[in-house]
Amino acid sequence: MNPIFAILAGVTVGAAVAAMALRNLVHSVLCLTVSLVGLALLYLRLGAEFAGFVQILVYVGAVAILIMFAVLLTRGGEAPPGRIANAPWSGLAVAAAVFAMIAWAIARSPALRGMAKDPAQPPLSVKAIGDKLTGDLVLPLQVVALLLTAALVGGVVIAMSEKETE
Amino acid sequence: MTPYLIVSALLFSIGFAGVLTRRNAILVLVGVELMLNAANLNFVAFWRHGPNPAALDGVMFVVFAIAVAAAEAAVGLALVIAIHRHCRSGNVDEASGMKG
Repeated sequence: MNPIFAILAGVTVGAAVAAMALRNLVHSVLCLTVSLVGLALLYLRLGAEFAGFVQILVYVGAVAILIMFAVLLTRGGEAPPGRIANAPWSGLAVAAAVFAMIAWAIARSPALRGMAKDPAQPPLSVKAIGDKLTGDLVLPLQVVALLLTAALVGGVVIAMSEKETE
Repeated sequence: MTPYLIVSALLFSIGFAGVLTRRNAILVLVGVELMLNAANLNFVAFWRHGPNPAALDGVMFVVFAIAVAAAEAAVGLALVIAIHRHCRSGNVDEASGMKG
C-alpha cells in the first residue's frame, strides 16, 4: 500500500472516530473538519480535482462552519454532564456488523478483481464538466437550484422564532 | 481500488455508529454527513477505476450529492435550533412529543 494513501486514510478515519467519540461538541466539529479535508485530499489523489476543491469549498468552508454555528447557538459547547451515548455497545455492535458485511462483499466481489490496478489518469477538465452540466445535465442542475432555494427558504422559516411565525 | 472501498466502508460504519448511539441531535447530523461522504468516496473511486472515466459520471454524481448534502445540513440544523428553542435541550431523547 502506498504510504501517502496510508497516512491520508489514517488521518481521515481517525478524525472521523474522534468526531463521533469526543464529549465536547466543538472538538467533535473540528475533528469532522479534519476528516473532510482528508477526504478532499483522497479525491485529489484519485485524480478528481474538481470534486476535491468543491469538497473543500462546500464542506470545509460552509457546512463545517454552519454546524459550528448551530453548536454555539444551542450552547452545545459546554460539555454536558452524564452519558453522551445511548446503548453504546449494541450500537457499536450493529455498526461493526454492517462494516463486516460490506468488507465481506468487497473481498468476495468478482467485478473488483477484474479492474486495473492503477489505470491511466483520465482526462478531467473544468471545461468538460461545464459542458456536461449545461448539456446533458441541465435539467438536474435546474432541479438542484430549485432545491437549494427551497432549502434556503425552509431553513429561514424553521429557524425563525415561534412568535414571529404566529 | 479495494483500499479506497475499505476506507469508505469504515467511514460509513463510524457515521452509522454515531447516528445510532449519540444523544445530541447535532452529532446525529454529523454522522449522517460522514455516511454521505463515504458514498461520495465510492463514487470517485469507481469513476477512476471504471470502464469509461471520460464520461465523468462519478464526478457529476459527487457534485450533485454535495449540493444536496449542503441543503440537507442547512434544513437539519435549522430543525435542531427550533427543537432546542422549544425543548431547551439538544438531546434527541427529550424531543419525544408531537404536539405543540
